[in-house]
Amino acid sequence: MKNVSRILPMYTADTSGVCSALYEFGGMTVIHDASGCNSTYTTHDEPRWYDRRSMMFISALTEMDAIMGNDEKLVNDCVSAAHDLHPEFIALCGSPMPMMTGVDFAAIAAEIRGQTGIPTFGLNTNGTVSYISGAAQAFEALVREYAHPVPKREGTGVNILGMTPLDFPLGAERSVRRWLTENGMELVCNLGMGSVLDDVKQMTSARVNLVVSQTGAAAAEYLRKYLGMPYVFGVPIGRGFSAKLAEQLRAAAEPAVGGALADGLLSESDADTLVIGEAVYSASVCAALYEDMGIRAHLLCPLPCDDRFLAHTGGERIFAEEDIERYALEMHPRTVIADPLYRYIVPEGARHIGLPHLAFSGRSFQRSIPDLINTDIKEYFR
Amino acid sequence: MLKAIESVKYEKPPCILLRDADRRELFRSGLEYNAPARGVWNIVHMGLLVPEGHQVYVCAQGCLRGVALTVAETDDMERLSWVSLLEEDMFDGTLESDVVDGVAEVIEKLPYRPRCVLIFLSCMHLFAGADYEVILDQLREQFPDIDFVDCYMTPTMRETFSPVVWLTKRMYSLIKPLPLNKRSVSIIGCDRATDPDSELVRIIREGGFTLRDISLCGSYDEFMQLGESALNISYLPTALAGSQELSERTGAQALHLPNAFDFEVLSDNIVRLCEALGVGLPDVNGYRSRAERALEHAKETVGDMPVAIDYTAVTRPFELALLLGRYGFNVKYLIADSVGEDAAAFEALRGEFPDTELYSSVNVNMFDAADEQNEPVLAIGQKAAWFFSTDNFVDIVSNGGLYGFEGIAKLCGLIEEAYRSRKDRRTVIQQKGWGCSCNAQI
Repeated sequence: MKNVSRILPMYTADTSGVCSALYEFGGMTVIHDASGCNSTYTTHDEPRWYDRRSMMFISALTEMDAIMGNDEKLVNDCVSAAHDLHPEFIALCGSPMPMMTGVDFAAIAAEIRGQTGIPTFGLNTNGTVSYISGAAQAFEALVREYAHPVPKREGTGVNILGMTPLDFPLGAERSVRRWLTENGMELVCNLGMGSVLDDVKQMTSARVNLVVSQTGAAAAEYLRKYLGMPYVFGVPIGRGFSAKLAEQLRAAAEPAVGGALADGLLSESDADTLVIGEAVYSASVCAALYEDMGIRAHLLCPLPCDDRFLAHTGGERIFAEEDIERYALEMHPRTVIADPLYRYIVPEGARHIGLPHLAFSGRSFQRSIPDLINTDIKEYFR
Repeated sequence: MLKAIESVKYEKPPCILLRDADRRELFRSGLEYNAPARGVWNIVHMGLLVPEGHQVYVCAQGCLRGVALTVAETDDMERLSWVSLLEEDMFDGTLESDVVDGVAEVIEKLPYRPRCVLIFLSCMHLFAGADYEVILDQLREQFPDIDFVDCYMTPTMRETFSPVVWLTKRMYSLIKPLPLNKRSVSIIGCDRATDPDSELVRIIREGGFTLRDISLCGSYDEFMQLGESALNISYLPTALAGSQELSERTGAQALHLPNAFDFEVLSDNIVRLCEALGVGLPDVNGYRSRAERALEHAKETVGDMPVAIDYTAVTRPFELALLLGRYGFNVKYLIADSVGEDAAAFEALRGEFPDTELYSSVNVNMFDAADEQNEPVLAIGQKAAWFFSTDNFVDIVSNGGLYGFEGIAKLCGLIEEAYRSRKDRRTVIQQKGWGCSCNAQI
């Protein structure tokens, strides 16, 4: 069965994606779910929780409120908390129970916005799909609310879209800023890590957007469609691929074209290495392996992604444990690069290089997540 | 923390003076914050106590994540599997068959044959009215050599039994009645073995009885032997219902001996235990004197340093505060969101120490409380350590296996140790499941 897993954990869900995306912007995010259910996010999915404060709360939904449709309690509790804490905005997201009772988050958001005057948005989450969906919605909502036309700045201003700790180690926001500076570009807003709400308001002063994970794609597409900003998919991993990506980013900054994949992101034929993980990041790892080490690698993305990334698996979407296991077996890879918890399904004889991914193994290996941005990757993948 | 009471006016205050507290509702309900103190056991840790058992969780991805990573951190991935639920599963008539087929597939794929499978159903199943009996009947028919038990991860349904109480009931429902053995005694519903130095364990063992406890069982067969105990003892409030249900089924006597901090209750516990076992009374005053001396010694060590107690450390935080207060400790702060089985102590404390400050652990206005400046505090419990930003804390959860007069004496030792030495708060309190192994890179 596609929804059965004997031993592999699952990627984190949409609600954690919302929280992770909105963590640094001064808003208040409310998961409409039972008391304590936010502990999964705050324990396993949020490495900033202990050191950095953010208003991530749960509504403490009870069976009686669910059965009786007591949405008024959620409205009142949000208004009361907003009165005490003065958030910049309020985001509401749902879980399985509100999905079953058909809670209208858009209407509740409108009610709260009306009562408080604080920008409020409801997000379509239900806890049954991956973080990609939740984070993507959150980033898009933020951009829709705050990114309005402002004059372009001199030079090549760049926004980074889709960087959260679910896919990147803490500190990656500094590495990517350095990389941009080294290549004569300027970071305007890093949507997810290292920027604040005022930076979002300045996003349209940039000339191009770099989408570093699938979570940034919806916001990028909105900015392209309505504000004419081009975007490129890719993560500047390694040396060779980072240089090529910088070049392509500068070129893309000129005409307002659609979302381009960075050169080298697509499938390499005769691959003997399998990379499992989030599409943009892992495809960038594949590209970097080729550029810096001459290694031909295939991507297997068990998460929602742009169709173009499916070229690696011949167009096949692979999510289930049994399918991942089968694909890995049939490919006969010499090396599998994937989170350490994939060790249970690495084919016998294949070498497993652990590349921890917080959205998969949580905090289990969080201090071992390497920052591969614009750096020498040979040692790590040797 | 003081700032919260004195200078800021909140619509829903996170703290009140004890004199103003109403035990029926300490704080107004609202949105909730989640402190990064992780020592309290969850249902996955509890389920792992069943020897040779396998857990299968059937729920939404977001709910599965917490349980799967719990076992990832304790290196028990081999003992848990899952079936994820999607939106369409609620409406396409496959709610029950998906569980049956999914669990069957998991069992077939396991490299070992579990003796029992704990199937955890979710809020979604309860809300949709899933037929558990059909699920269990079909699985029992397919796998007659395996015991199946329905368990529940249903945090939304908290107006009936809490998930911990539910699971205790379900875990012990696996035990089948055996011919009763008067020389066999079980302690029910504990996450960890009770301190062997406690009067409870000593009286049982020194009386020549066999003590049975799930945490001491190395095999499923050994766990099944709890069915022969003629006396089932519980002392945690979450264990009471499970112990009573088990005893009713096996014909054993159920005895609840609450883990109190009230000397009269503790003395009475000893008397009731000895009566039930049919053994002579030990030197109750000796036990009591040792606890008294330990309290006096600890007070001398700690002096007037403010003490904060949270509800995760002990099951009767108000009773502990009252005891320490009466021995001169400066118990200035309490963290609790409700009053449990120590309601009488709550009222007494309110009368004797009305200026004690009572804090909620979940109120949203506590989300940045750990950043507030406060005087040096000695904390009892991980949440107290977090909110008062102190490394001088007693690291226990749910009494930490301590029990009775001897437990009080040992707790005093831990208080003195906390006063003298600092702990690595960041690492200690973020470790999930107090006492469990943890390989997470915290």
